Amino acid sequence: MRRTPAWEKTLRYLLMLAVLAVTVGPFLWQLSTSFKGTTEDIYTSPPRFLPEHPTLHNYREVARIIPVWDYALNSLKVAAASVVTNLVGASMAGYALARLRFRGRKAAGIAFVMALLVPLESIVIAQFTMVRDLHLNNTLVAVALPGAVGALNVLLMRNAFAAVPREIEEAAVIDGATAWQRFLRIGLPSVRGTLAVVAIFAFMGAWDDFLWPLIVLSDSDRFTLTVGLDYLHGTFTQNPRLVAAGTVIAVAPLVVMFACLQRYFFRGAGEGAVKG
Amino acid sequence: MRRPSASRVRTHHAVSPWLFLLPGLAVVATFSLYPFLTTVHKAFTDARTLTPGTWVGTANFRAMLDDEQFWTALRNSALYVALVVPFTVLLPLLLALLVHKQLPGVAFFRSAFYTPVVASVVVVALIWGWMLDDRGLVNALLHTLGAGPVGFLGNAWLLLLSAMALTVWKGLGYYMVIYLAALANVPRELHEAAAVDGAGALRRFVSVTVPAVRSTMVLVGALSSVAAFKVFSEVYLLAGPTGGPAGQDTTLVMLVQRTGTGLNGRVGYASALSLVIFVIALLLMLLVLRADRKEDL
Repeated sequence: MRRTPAWEKTLRYLLMLAVLAVTVGPFLWQLSTSFKGTTEDIYTSPPRFLPEHPTLHNYREVARIIPVWDYALNSLKVAAASVVTNLVGASMAGYALARLRFRGRKAAGIAFVMALLVPLESIVIAQFTMVRDLHLNNTLVAVALPGAVGALNVLLMRNAFAAVPREIEEAAVIDGATAWQRFLRIGLPSVRGTLAVVAIFAFMGAWDDFLWPLIVLSDSDRFTLTVGLDYLHGTFTQNPRLVAAGTVIAVAPLVVMFACLQRYFFRGAGEGAVKG
Repeated sequence: MRRPSASRVRTHHAVSPWLFLLPGLAVVATFSLYPFLTTVHKAFTDARTLTPGTWVGTANFRAMLDDEQFWTALRNSALYVALVVPFTVLLPLLLALLVHKQLPGVAFFRSAFYTPVVASVVVVALIWGWMLDDRGLVNALLHTLGAGPVGFLGNAWLLLLSAMALTVWKGLGYYMVIYLAALANVPRELHEAAAVDGAGALRRFVSVTVPAVRSTMVLVGALSSVAAFKVFSEVYLLAGPTGGPAGQDTTLVMLVQRTGTGLNGRVGYASALSLVIFVIALLLMLLVLRADRKEDL
């Protein structure tokens, strides 16, 4: 193998640091703004990157103006429900598509591909009409339902199950294991990486979703965090410190979660994602 | 070759596959396929939020031709594709090449570059809104350099360009991961052989890397074209619900959201718009994917 010359290493690290500044810098700037007190000038030029007297004042203030912790709880409920329903629904459907032989399997597969092709943006109005007819509008259940089992997740799981060697399973069939037992004991343990990817995608998708909750939720006490932040921004544009504190509350849990799970994510993304 | 043993043994009950599929199919059918069919139907009616409406034939589509807002929105969505996609195809590939090589600490950079993807579009739009403010970070830096201030958020064109930059920035990490998976399949020997032959970095990129990941580039191009055409949140959040000065920054999906919701929303017209979006997005995807096949021949 070719050794990397020192100049190339240096260049690579410099470039990576530059990209780091561009991708992560804005978040740090926001974090810094959120700790700057009311009396500190946030408009200085050249900009001051560290707060002079760091304070939690803005966080208390945000919580006083909007029920930010309730919003966070609402988002958490939707996201947690989405993780569970996606893991269960997508792995079951993916297993059937990859591993069970039956009439109509092709048609079922096509249904998921078609669902993937229908852009969410072009059916939100119809979804909203339906949810309203079910008297579910303005509820968190309605926020969670359309994304409960993502078509993309089903296809990811199908690919992951299809990549597991058949031999073990054939032995289990001969031993008389039912489809359900094979799914639980052989299938699921072999696709942990993809399960992690699906869980991360489901959590992120639900926690970050904006258009759908914006349309479904009308009472401000039922808002999810994203809709609540938009509302905060619309009402208090004049104080960037408050908006900054709100955004930090919204992004911090995700960054922490992703930092903990990133090992599985990058491994799992290679395992199933692009093999399709 | 399949072994005959397993196929002769009864592997499962006739209904069990459908029990496995039930939750997934139910959700997808109820919340994607059925709403799609009702959208197609409503597109030919004058339905409003509270009234089911009657059949009006192609009236909604004809109304679109005279709707100035529609043409503005179509222009903006098309511009979004034209200006965003080249960057989302190329920059993440360069980024993937940068973090592909196993060096100490590279895993940290890789996941750090993913941060904008993890964050909600609302969060990043608010961050950008603050950075691009008349007195925000970017203008403060410009001022230090003796330039500016630039009113990024006051001018319809600058707003649209800022939203595009935001879209590219937020997608970098996402497409980088797709490219990383593709690069993992490029045989190392190809690169090394080219290096031994004295090919420079640029030459190796053009004649080894690009051909090897070309189908991935096409895939990324297709995915990002469709996503760019359906842009909503970035523009809605940066330019505001009304779409910037005099609504000049309205995109197609923003128009759908604006006309179709509310107590007296024009559901029929919004559905017709949705159908137009769907057809154009589908054509766009087929067009991009086709470009790949043609070159293969």
